[in-house]
Amino acid sequence: MKRYSAFAIVREAARHHLGWQRAWTSPEPRASYDVVIVGAGGHGLATAYYLGKNFGITNVAILEKGWLGGGNTGRNTTIIRSNYLQDPSAAIYEKARSLYETLSQDLNYNVMFSPRGVMMLAQTHHEVRGYERTAHANALQGVETEFISPSRVKELVPIIRLDGPRYPVLGALWQPRGGTARHDAVAWGYARACSDMGMHIIQQCEVTGIRSEAGRVSGVETSKGAIGCNRLGLVASGHSGVLAEMAGFRLPLESVALQALVSEPIKPIMDVVVMANTVHGYMSQSDKGEMVIGGGADGFNNYTQRGSFHHIEETVRALVETFPMLSRLKMLRQWGGIVDMTGDRSPILSKTPLDGCFVNCGWGTGGFKAIPGSGWGMAELMAKGHSPLTEAFSLARFREGRFVDESVAAGVAH
Amino acid sequence: MSTRLKSGGRRIDRSRPVTFSFDGARLRGYRGDTLASALLANDRMLVGRSFKYHRPRGIVASGSEEPNALVGLEEGDLFEPNQRATTTELYDGLTARSQNRWPSLSMDFGAVTSRLSRVLPAGFYYKTFLRPRSFWKHVYEPLIRRSAGLGYAPNPEARDPDRYEHFYLHVDVLIVGGGIAGIQSALAAGRAGARVLLIEQSAHWGGRSPADHSGGKQSVNNIPVDKYVDECLAELGTMPHVQCRTRTMGAGVYDHGYVLAYERVGDHLPGEGALRHRLWKIRTGRIITATGAIERPIAFPGNDLPGVMLASAARDYLIDFGVSMGKHPLVLANNDSAYETAFLLQDQGVDVAAIVDARTGDAGGVAQEAVERGLRVIRGGGVSSVKGRRRVEGVTICDQRGAGTALEEISCDAIAMSGGWSPAVHLWSHSGGKLTWDARQFCFRPDVDNSARGADGAPYVIAAGAASGEMTLAAAVKDGHAAGLRAAAELGYNGAAQSEPVATRVEEAAIEPVWIMPSQAPVTLREKAFLDFQNDVKVSDVELAAREGFESVEHAKRYTTLGMATDQGKLSNINGIAILSDALGRPIPQTGTTTFRPPYTPISFGSIAGSQTGPRFLPIRRTPIQDWHEEQGAYFEPVGHWRRPYCYPRGDESHSDAVAREILQTRNHVGLLDASTLGKIVVKGPDAGRLLDMLYTGRMSTLKPGRCRYGLMCSENGFLMDDGVVARLDEETFLCHTTTGGADHIHAHMEDWLQTEWWDWKVYTANLTEQFAQIAVVGPKSREVLERLGGMNLGRDALPFMGWCEGMLAGISARIFRISFSGELSYEIAVAADQGIELWEKFLAAGQDFGISPYGTEALHVMRAEKGFIMIGDETDGTVIPQDLGLDWAIAKGKDDYIGKRAQMRSHMIDPDRWKLVGLETVDGSVLPEGAYAVASGKTSIGQRATQGRVTSSYHSPTLGRGIAMGLVLRGPERMGDELEFPGTDGQVYKARLVSPVFYNPEGTKQDA
Repeated sequence: MKRYSAFAIVREAARHHLGWQRAWTSPEPRASYDVVIVGAGGHGLATAYYLGKNFGITNVAILEKGWLGGGNTGRNTTIIRSNYLQDPSAAIYEKARSLYETLSQDLNYNVMFSPRGVMMLAQTHHEVRGYERTAHANALQGVETEFISPSRVKELVPIIRLDGPRYPVLGALWQPRGGTARHDAVAWGYARACSDMGMHIIQQCEVTGIRSEAGRVSGVETSKGAIGCNRLGLVASGHSGVLAEMAGFRLPLESVALQALVSEPIKPIMDVVVMANTVHGYMSQSDKGEMVIGGGADGFNNYTQRGSFHHIEETVRALVETFPMLSRLKMLRQWGGIVDMTGDRSPILSKTPLDGCFVNCGWGTGGFKAIPGSGWGMAELMAKGHSPLTEAFSLARFREGRFVDESVAAGVAH
Repeated sequence: MSTRLKSGGRRIDRSRPVTFSFDGARLRGYRGDTLASALLANDRMLVGRSFKYHRPRGIVASGSEEPNALVGLEEGDLFEPNQRATTTELYDGLTARSQNRWPSLSMDFGAVTSRLSRVLPAGFYYKTFLRPRSFWKHVYEPLIRRSAGLGYAPNPEARDPDRYEHFYLHVDVLIVGGGIAGIQSALAAGRAGARVLLIEQSAHWGGRSPADHSGGKQSVNNIPVDKYVDECLAELGTMPHVQCRTRTMGAGVYDHGYVLAYERVGDHLPGEGALRHRLWKIRTGRIITATGAIERPIAFPGNDLPGVMLASAARDYLIDFGVSMGKHPLVLANNDSAYETAFLLQDQGVDVAAIVDARTGDAGGVAQEAVERGLRVIRGGGVSSVKGRRRVEGVTICDQRGAGTALEEISCDAIAMSGGWSPAVHLWSHSGGKLTWDARQFCFRPDVDNSARGADGAPYVIAAGAASGEMTLAAAVKDGHAAGLRAAAELGYNGAAQSEPVATRVEEAAIEPVWIMPSQAPVTLREKAFLDFQNDVKVSDVELAAREGFESVEHAKRYTTLGMATDQGKLSNINGIAILSDALGRPIPQTGTTTFRPPYTPISFGSIAGSQTGPRFLPIRRTPIQDWHEEQGAYFEPVGHWRRPYCYPRGDESHSDAVAREILQTRNHVGLLDASTLGKIVVKGPDAGRLLDMLYTGRMSTLKPGRCRYGLMCSENGFLMDDGVVARLDEETFLCHTTTGGADHIHAHMEDWLQTEWWDWKVYTANLTEQFAQIAVVGPKSREVLERLGGMNLGRDALPFMGWCEGMLAGISARIFRISFSGELSYEIAVAADQGIELWEKFLAAGQDFGISPYGTEALHVMRAEKGFIMIGDETDGTVIPQDLGLDWAIAKGKDDYIGKRAQMRSHMIDPDRWKLVGLETVDGSVLPEGAYAVASGKTSIGQRATQGRVTSSYHSPTLGRGIAMGLVLRGPERMGDELEFPGTDGQVYKARLVSPVFYNPEGTKQDA
């Protein structure tokens, strides 16, 4: 594979860019592989990448029913942070965040990880206490966060209104090394690196069945024929439940549409990522100038990947209150992605009742930020049968009541 | 140069000149102009700079598809970036600034990127800026960000003075698009009796018909088309069940016939505080998308210079505004429609340089007419280069089938291009309508058998006219009529038989697709042929994407940014898809389109927020005593949607001093709390006790009327979600108190179970939270204060602890609960909401000599913590079960079931190694930091510092004169007296001992006094 660099661009420019190679190949599937991963989104590709990089397992196929990176990897609001409360969450998200720091260099592909800082606004006393707790937890977890004052918030985000009529800003949990990355580039960069290791990324290949022998997985049936494997990783976010059914077990998942939107591009006005949980909205400004805004999840289950309106309305209203200058800007585009939610809002990275079959799903609204850590842990789990990073996220936790609940902010005060 | 002609312009009123400014220059236009037409009339060909290469750009289109002519409109609070000049109606005093240039539009330093464009192809940023790593954050990205965006951002302190509102409507048939097809649909549906809303995004009815179709010379039912439009509108005006709105755009189609429309009420009549935009939320039985078609540009080298315009736009400017795009324009086309532009220009006395028609097939009637008119027609020709730096000065003609060898040079000052037409299928597609490739007209058109479907399985979107691929006047009129009839009939409106309108039929010669000009253009020419004008995506960029494996149309879009600009690819997408298909050697329909997403064109955030802004944003809930709190200067904290007094500072008193005073006053004498925000849910019916036994961990069915019981509610997963006192009012009626923040969701929780699981139980619930004012009178003197009011016997035996009674207290009908959340003798008195303030003031008067004073939520919190009472949201966080909190006593033994019971039997829930509630006492009396964790030795398997507990609440207790705290600690209750270390985020390590959580009056004698 030819490496990317400024020099390479100049060299190719002389040839009018006619000499660039494919970023990834598009092979026909072989009869069998050591490992088959279902789902060529960020998590699936990262799993394959770290199987190759950390464990030397490169006889791998990644099957994708659509186009790679076309699900939630290409639909999210690109926020990366690890300021989680529970220990296992902080561990895997911080692993991911730290891998993001060097991902562009590792992959020789600029994923534009931009540690511009993420702040989560505290707008009630209850939220202040909650974030102070998180700051304490993060300090022990090795996650760099800090609870900052309203004046520091204003310094970092000049467009914010601190004394909104409804919920004044009382402070914020600030993670200076959180930020954003270019979501498509993450998928493309991993895909290119996987392809370079000789792995097969097979797009337009839908899995229609899962084969097993004596309780152990032996392969998959696909729209491109049967493909054998020793180990199978199901990494298909919202559609994992469908795959699990093919494998003969059920997953505690609900799939709902999460809403997002962008504004028209404007000159840079906000460098950091701001999340306001009390009023349900979060916003950052992309390198292209668009305000990227995340909203809530629809209150009903579906697979349509379409936008609906009422969450957009609530989110925009909250953000116009918080950032009044938004009022005369315009919404350019809205869309939906299907997020797979577990009961405790934490992911599942686990062995399954089918021997040799592993599952990685349930990332809900927070999957993008976890991609490198998720792939890292999942690869270790698939290669060695266990991984400290994924241990807490096993399927068994639902039976045992050992939840990793990140929805604690939903608690209420008198 | 573009110029205003002596005559013509059906939209403008030449007797009403209008003054406006552009980049500081004062210019003149007429009432009826758009900003774009007025700029063209002033020969302002250069109006903006492109995003990536800062190339000079001119007006390309005449409507919402415009990619280039974006301006910053107005100043200060009224400033709005990225406003399209083509859809901005001119008004007197309008101020516009060009965008994305520095220092000026004509001399833009950013244009250096254009010189470097060779090394800045699509996706170059993915391949570079990789080293050194720290440079991305500190050097490269800031550089990229500086060049981001188009328009300036509004001033951070800007406050939009205008108003916005939402409007709700139910109709049978919504017709989007007031062109000839839409109007015809409205007539047909309206005549059949359906309730119709017809909306049109521009300020005028008739769409393209008056400018197209032989320059509007064609007719319907033998009436000239513009007259026909007027007659139809007049008839629609007589139908009371039909509404017609201009300046109203169909923005988005959502599931089940929900449509968003965006009305620009005041953009053309600006005035501070006026109603600016109205967002319509429409539920409709059928939607007819009569949104017309959009002309495609042609990708030829140099096609982005100012002066290159869509042929249809050139017609619009000529007919509607009396503006000619140039003195010697050239027409470039692959279809018949652009010939009209040449004829109309010629009719107005403009010298048309030539018509270059890329087609080689049989010439049709228009070519014949052109020859008869003495116009020069170059068949099979193409343009291989455009002369000029900031505007068109001439072109080089080549053979369209060749590689660009120059045949001749033609001098011209503008180019009117037409690459064919694409139906505007956006709204058709928003909710799942499918498309099919039309191999005759070379466009995607709605697949009429695959419309979006409603809950009943029936298609609810119908495309009509040009939006459905019916491009001629005759076909559009006929199709619109049929669509209107069909929509009405499907909803049961049949009406009287209607005759089908008949329009002039004109034979057209076949279009021949031209995706790149010339067809064998070498890469050096492809690098100069633009597809997406705003984002600077060229033919070579899409081909590069294909070469590098970005084969999916979504990959190619995202890699090149094709179609991602503010116009969302209205002009560029189809051309780009064709180039991609060609590069991959596959047919266009196999490539498909990217997803169409709402809104059709950008809509203001102000309109989305609507009128619910400022004080109307999440309106504050007010207790009956709220005014009094405000008059006293209380310091408030948001709790749910309420604002509760945190404390009542006196004079210069600090908040903490006020809290301490309030606590001591209450503990030593008597205090008052406005407890009206507490949830009050009545559960009534023969099965009420049965329901509550399931909802609460305790047994409520055995509670006697007249008595109260503390109850805990858990989630299905066993976690404690709410607590409160339940009073049994009579045999069939219970009053459940919830937390302030919990009232609404606990009521919903009850209904959820009742409606989905126990729908046959005879019980109903009602949330009466706001029907009552509730006042807590707390402290050793509380009984005396109540007795002074008179009317009820509240003696220790008459109303024992955890009892309630009803009666007239000081002449007010009251229900009195003897319950305590502070550990003191305490009463909570509920009265009708409108008598709350009266009773409050009576208490204040009666307790004056005891120094009676109100206390706020912080005093409430401290007092409950002193007493070791848990607080939902402090001691609980959605992961805590009652057993963790030593609340086993509130769980009924031997009860078969309650929500959460089974979950609490799971292995992790009964693990003795859980963190459990204890009191925490700092060794030095200081206050523990809230949320701090107790560390254990060593690290965990995931490399984190091991922990063994955490602080859940922490306060300074004025009663005890020291810090007190509650916390959850590993096997806490078994380890009393142990000392733990809590590192703070301030760098200090706090040491605390495990003690009982009940710091105050553990015997309970005070509350039972």
